[in-house]
Amino acid sequence: MESNVTFDYSTALADRRIPNPILTASGTAGSGKELAQFFPLSDIGAVVTKSIMLKPRSGRATPRMAETPSGMLNSIGLQGPGIDIFLENDIPWLASQGARIIVSIAGETVEDYAVLARKLRAVPGITALEVNISCPNVENRGQVFACNPTTAREAISAVRRNIGGELPIFAKLSPDVTDIVSIATEVVDAGADGLALINTILGMVIDTNTMFPRLSQKTGGLSGPAIRPVAVRAIYQVHAALPNIPIIGMGGVASGRDAFELVLAGASAISVGTATFGNPTAAISIKQELESILIEKGFATFHQAIGFAHREEI
Amino acid sequence: MEMPTINSRAKQMDAEVISNKRLGAYNHIVLAVNEIATYAKPGNFVAISVGGPGSSMVLRRAFAIYRAQIRPDGQGVMELVVAPHGNGSKWLASREPGESVNIVAPLGTAFGIPTEPVRALLIGGGYGSAPLFALAENLKAKGSRVDMVLGASTAAKIYAPLEGKRSVNSMTITTDDGSAGTQGRVSDVLPSIIEQNQIEIIYSCGPMAMLSAITDIANRYGVMHQCSVEESMACGIGVCMTCVLPVEGRDGITRMVRTCIEGPVMDGSKVTWSKSREIPDGVWGK
Repeated sequence: MESNVTFDYSTALADRRIPNPILTASGTAGSGKELAQFFPLSDIGAVVTKSIMLKPRSGRATPRMAETPSGMLNSIGLQGPGIDIFLENDIPWLASQGARIIVSIAGETVEDYAVLARKLRAVPGITALEVNISCPNVENRGQVFACNPTTAREAISAVRRNIGGELPIFAKLSPDVTDIVSIATEVVDAGADGLALINTILGMVIDTNTMFPRLSQKTGGLSGPAIRPVAVRAIYQVHAALPNIPIIGMGGVASGRDAFELVLAGASAISVGTATFGNPTAAISIKQELESILIEKGFATFHQAIGFAHREEI
Repeated sequence: MEMPTINSRAKQMDAEVISNKRLGAYNHIVLAVNEIATYAKPGNFVAISVGGPGSSMVLRRAFAIYRAQIRPDGQGVMELVVAPHGNGSKWLASREPGESVNIVAPLGTAFGIPTEPVRALLIGGGYGSAPLFALAENLKAKGSRVDMVLGASTAAKIYAPLEGKRSVNSMTITTDDGSAGTQGRVSDVLPSIIEQNQIEIIYSCGPMAMLSAITDIANRYGVMHQCSVEESMACGIGVCMTCVLPVEGRDGITRMVRTCIEGPVMDGSKVTWSKSREIPDGVWGK
């Protein structure tokens, strides 16, 4: 008798199905062209673009980066070309590569989110939107939508109203909150089809030689394996509360084993970010390692493993 | 505007350490890199993973390529000069022959070499001299005159191998403490060398303050200046957006550009050196 070797690695992002659950993380894959030199972008589940804003943006002064134990701080300030140039250049190029595209958007006002959604609603070839309401690098601390249930709701609601019913939207949340479940519940109620957990954690490094903060903006977002337990906790808590809401999990995933941990917590897909800085082909090796682990553990489909750590002990 | 893209020859591979020797304050490391050796040009850099599996150092380290060549036995090799000052470079400097390191190379832009013979001045600060010797050889092969100035804080930090000295017409050394050559900075000796040797182009590699000072002098004399910048990087392949500098483009607009993609070799006169740690007014998207 032949053993069944066909493993179903596909996953669903709301009503969209992608062939495997490994994505890039927003802001760690450039325009896609840089990584395309190392692997075909169509080999991963989807490319999540840098967070795109309404207008061109220079980003912050340097130093923008500091390595930390098992991680790094960054304060890029959402440098990018703005939505119009992005739609003209980046999207057609990604589509020409056969990449599935998740567009990440970020705004400074609720109206920005509404306008961005209107500009994207008729664009063909997009799988989903990731709405970055949690970037801790935006100048005005009051504008971190994700840290307040009301502003989080307003931003997501603006996107939902303007994107139409077609495109799934994933709200990307900050872990820098007291109760992430209440924020998650609020944005889902406002029309988010899914969640992206977690954004970076606000941190600081002080240079003990100069005796000043290392980054020009003083604070930066901490990413890398150092924050993985925070990601696992956030995904676990939110999946427990909202088991039917798909979660794009991220936070320090550097191996198939790490990706598996986030899947067990409740992630339906995994974004690979900081690991790509250390290894341009990290997403591909993580994809292969995760598949091997799932098969080895006896799962017949990827779907079966999502949230498996929540099962009742017998 | 289209974003410039990564060096089209860049490849990732595990490279075996062929040799690793201590030379003064530095380590001279030779890696087996196959055909990458054919594509690496003076000015290009290599991004190396450090610390081994499970390391807490998650980012690659960027090093200027000292020299890359196909040896007579057909082996493609890449040579590096590493200053072991941080945990990553110390790890690399302690690799034994036979061990492997994961590299991505060649990355970034290379020094442009005029088709006609020129009178060139090459300036290196500390181990910034590393990529200049292969450049000197290429310039000499085109019939150019090559003068070189190397500066460092102290004699032990001057990197000038014997065969490097042979490849230039003149070599001037400066040290801050006077332990070798002229006491002072490279910028102190430049005006007289530029005038005496009627320098037409300057190539430089070293710390930002030095490159900024050289740019001022080059502008004053109306001499072209190609410099290789050292901005700290997380990835080396254009995806992290940390290594940016304000640089004026061909369209006259200054943008924050990635020095790993549009550099490390840049036209010094286009960099806003005085505000390299700021977002200057007028920068695109400010």
